[in-house]
Amino acid sequence: MEYRLTTPLTREALAPLKKGDLVYLSGVIYTARDAAHKRLVALAKEGKELPFPIENATIYYVGPTPAKPGQVIGSAGPTTSYRMDAYSPTLIALGETGMIGKGRRSQEVIDAMKAHGAVYFGAIGGAGALLAKCIKKAEIVAYEDLGAEAVRRLEVEDMPLVVVIDSLGGNLYETGRADYLEETV
Amino acid sequence: MREISVETVKRTVARLCVEANCHLPEDVRARLRDFREQETWPVARNVLDQILENERIADSQEAPICQDTGMACVFVEVGQEVHFAGGSLADAINEGVRWGYGEGYLRKSVVGDPLERKNTGDNTPAMIYYDLAPGDVCRITVAPKGFGSENMSQIKMLRPSDGVEGVKDFVLQVVEDAGPNPCPPIVVGVGIGGTFDKAALLAKQALLRPLDQPNDQPFYAALEQELLEKINQKGIGPQGFGGRTTALAVNICTMPTHIAGLPCAVNINCHVTRHKSAEL
Repeated sequence: MEYRLTTPLTREALAPLKKGDLVYLSGVIYTARDAAHKRLVALAKEGKELPFPIENATIYYVGPTPAKPGQVIGSAGPTTSYRMDAYSPTLIALGETGMIGKGRRSQEVIDAMKAHGAVYFGAIGGAGALLAKCIKKAEIVAYEDLGAEAVRRLEVEDMPLVVVIDSLGGNLYETGRADYLEETV
Repeated sequence: MREISVETVKRTVARLCVEANCHLPEDVRARLRDFREQETWPVARNVLDQILENERIADSQEAPICQDTGMACVFVEVGQEVHFAGGSLADAINEGVRWGYGEGYLRKSVVGDPLERKNTGDNTPAMIYYDLAPGDVCRITVAPKGFGSENMSQIKMLRPSDGVEGVKDFVLQVVEDAGPNPCPPIVVGVGIGGTFDKAALLAKQALLRPLDQPNDQPFYAALEQELLEKINQKGIGPQGFGGRTTALAVNICTMPTHIAGLPCAVNINCHVTRHKSAEL
């Protein structure tokens, strides 16, 4: 199936998505990598407010290259998600519903996704120049000292994503491979 | 004795950093196109199309192919007859990286201390590998290495009795462990022999060899082919979404080793297998 979705992503909007579905995402998303996640979770543990609204938020695991003059952003493809696994369950419990990255997630993250109706999307790893075309606006909202790893608010238009793990725990990394092998071997 | 100014080295390194990050080598591009044509799984074809489209955009707009513009691995082959004039060679290389990553709008991805983790802000220091060679030429290769794939690399001190089967099992296990994480289709660099550290270096050097150039020893060329076929029977596919195209190539480098050992290192690279060379 193919979906066109706009943020914020509510649990209701995410519920029909199944692993393997294509999603063109528009609206506001936030960027964070390991260093930013560490700070966000530390804030949350102290009961402090996060620098952006986490309820129904989508976080994109990306550290873009610097924008050249006249550009909104430089190349901006996903980074490997497992480095965020230690932090994601906390953010999901706080209301994060969408994660965009690449690569496997831990069972703890998948359990948290199932409990709270969150979805893990894959963007094409290594396609940073292509994905940058979908980003229409970018501004730093926190942790400027982290450089490429700062938290940015992005406005995206028709960002091409694949549902890798759906809210029921269906996992494309398992079934995509199995389906291919069954079909061809 | 031939004199080369360190200023020339600096300018060359800066240029190579930018060119390597924006223009995929033709051999890698050709492999991607070939595998796209041979791929039968629709999801995989779609991913490979996007990867090729991304590479075209990067090439035409001089944009980084991937946002992880890597640690700058710089291989310097210095002719014995060369004298570097005007300062330190290492400083010139690092200055070139600083310049290239700054003026080229590349991402600064290096932290100064591995545990303190504060970004150095200019992508230095470079990882520099020096080699001496006969003659009066200096050959410089810049290979920006992304860490999504670097993190999926492994080394194992096999026993001599493990033999070629042990090597095959280990390479296949590393690819299996890596799964979708290193942005497949991957390039697999394998270093066999030497010492613990030399095996790792061999694996990295294997990634510099053009993908259409097999090992010059028929035994290892056949092993490369066999491993590539086995990897592409795994079904991991581009991005791990399923399909044939899990790896574009397996490159093996070997060297003599100790009677008691069989070191084997596997350095994984993503589909953005970048390197650019110049001769001074």
